[in-house]
Amino acid sequence: MSAATPNGTTTMHLILAWGFVGIPLAWGVVETLLNALKLFQ
Amino acid sequence: MFTAGVCFGSGFLVAAAGVYMHNLWAVYLGNGVLGGIGLGLGYISPVSTLIRWFPDRPGMATGMAITGFGGGAFIASPLSVWLMRQFSTSTHVGVAETFIVLGAVNFCFMMVGAAIVRLPAPGWMPAGYVPPTQPKKLITTKDVFVYQALKTPQFWLIWWVLCLNVTAGIGVIGQASAMSQEMFAGHITATAAAGFVGLMSLFNMGGRFFWASVSDYIGRKTTYFVFFALGTILYATVPYAGGIGSVGLFVLCFCVVISMYGGGFATVPAYLRDMFGTRYVGAIHGMLLTAWSAAGIFGPVLVNYIRQYNVDHGVAKAQAYNITMYLMAVLLVVGFPCNLCITSVHERHHMVPDEFDAIGMAD
Repeated sequence: MSAATPNGTTTMHLILAWGFVGIPLAWGVVETLLNALKLFQ
Repeated sequence: MFTAGVCFGSGFLVAAAGVYMHNLWAVYLGNGVLGGIGLGLGYISPVSTLIRWFPDRPGMATGMAITGFGGGAFIASPLSVWLMRQFSTSTHVGVAETFIVLGAVNFCFMMVGAAIVRLPAPGWMPAGYVPPTQPKKLITTKDVFVYQALKTPQFWLIWWVLCLNVTAGIGVIGQASAMSQEMFAGHITATAAAGFVGLMSLFNMGGRFFWASVSDYIGRKTTYFVFFALGTILYATVPYAGGIGSVGLFVLCFCVVISMYGGGFATVPAYLRDMFGTRYVGAIHGMLLTAWSAAGIFGPVLVNYIRQYNVDHGVAKAQAYNITMYLMAVLLVVGFPCNLCITSVHERHHMVPDEFDAIGMAD
């Protein structure tokens, strides 16, 4: 999990960075998607 | 990015104080002036940074950055509603407290970004990437100084390309809910219209990444040609969709149009990079965003005033948007020659080594 690339970035760094951005964004997208589904109900 | 975080976060706090004191000017100062400065700085910095990290895929890079900007709305909108629900009491709706929390959360997130963001070393290339040996017609390897870019016809042509593309999109975003309900009265309820707006925002965000990434393969000029050509057809189709009562066709038209609105935003920094080089693309992009501001006035004004004019002159509400849609199509037609006239920047505008020395930025 901590294999470093030549520039010193570890897999853990990548997971943290993408999670920091991706988790809140995924929550927002799901909320919006649920709202958008009302168009088809 | 640090300055952006400070301005954006403190803007919320000043606005919260304004709400608490019932002082509208403090809200304008906080959310409008301070928040606006933070927003602008926070918008441009990641774009110009990511372009440098992806010399092989500049469109995808700017698409990612600007998708993130659009994605913020997905988080802020439901979060704001949730926070106001938590802070609301029988005597107030909890806006001031919501602003304080949003300011603190935004500040923390932006500080993390500011702490970890890095510019690549000069001349850095991704592993395995070999820059093309043959220069491409519309992609320069030189740099144009930020103020020199303003003296080129290319800057102003791209300014109009962006302004026209955004005017057409931004005008319908604000009116999408009302428009869908009025054009399909009895078929689209207020709840369904809110869903339609949500669907459009998903296409807006997805279009930013999709179209900007596509532009790496087909070129920026061709991408904008697609925006103008397809946009013209789709805007002209909307009245037809309303006429035959096809909700599906109406929704499809607007979702694609809005994806191209977002795509236009996301592709333009890569277009600027192609024309003016990487070094000053952030500052040039900042100046170009005045086109966005202008479009933010033109678009809603055109849609609202023309609709009201039609309604005042006896046109049924269901047909009141037809002329507006045709006008939007015309705006996009005007964009064609602007985009077609864009050629590579004349070499007299390119920076020479002496100029780098003069401004103390020699590599």
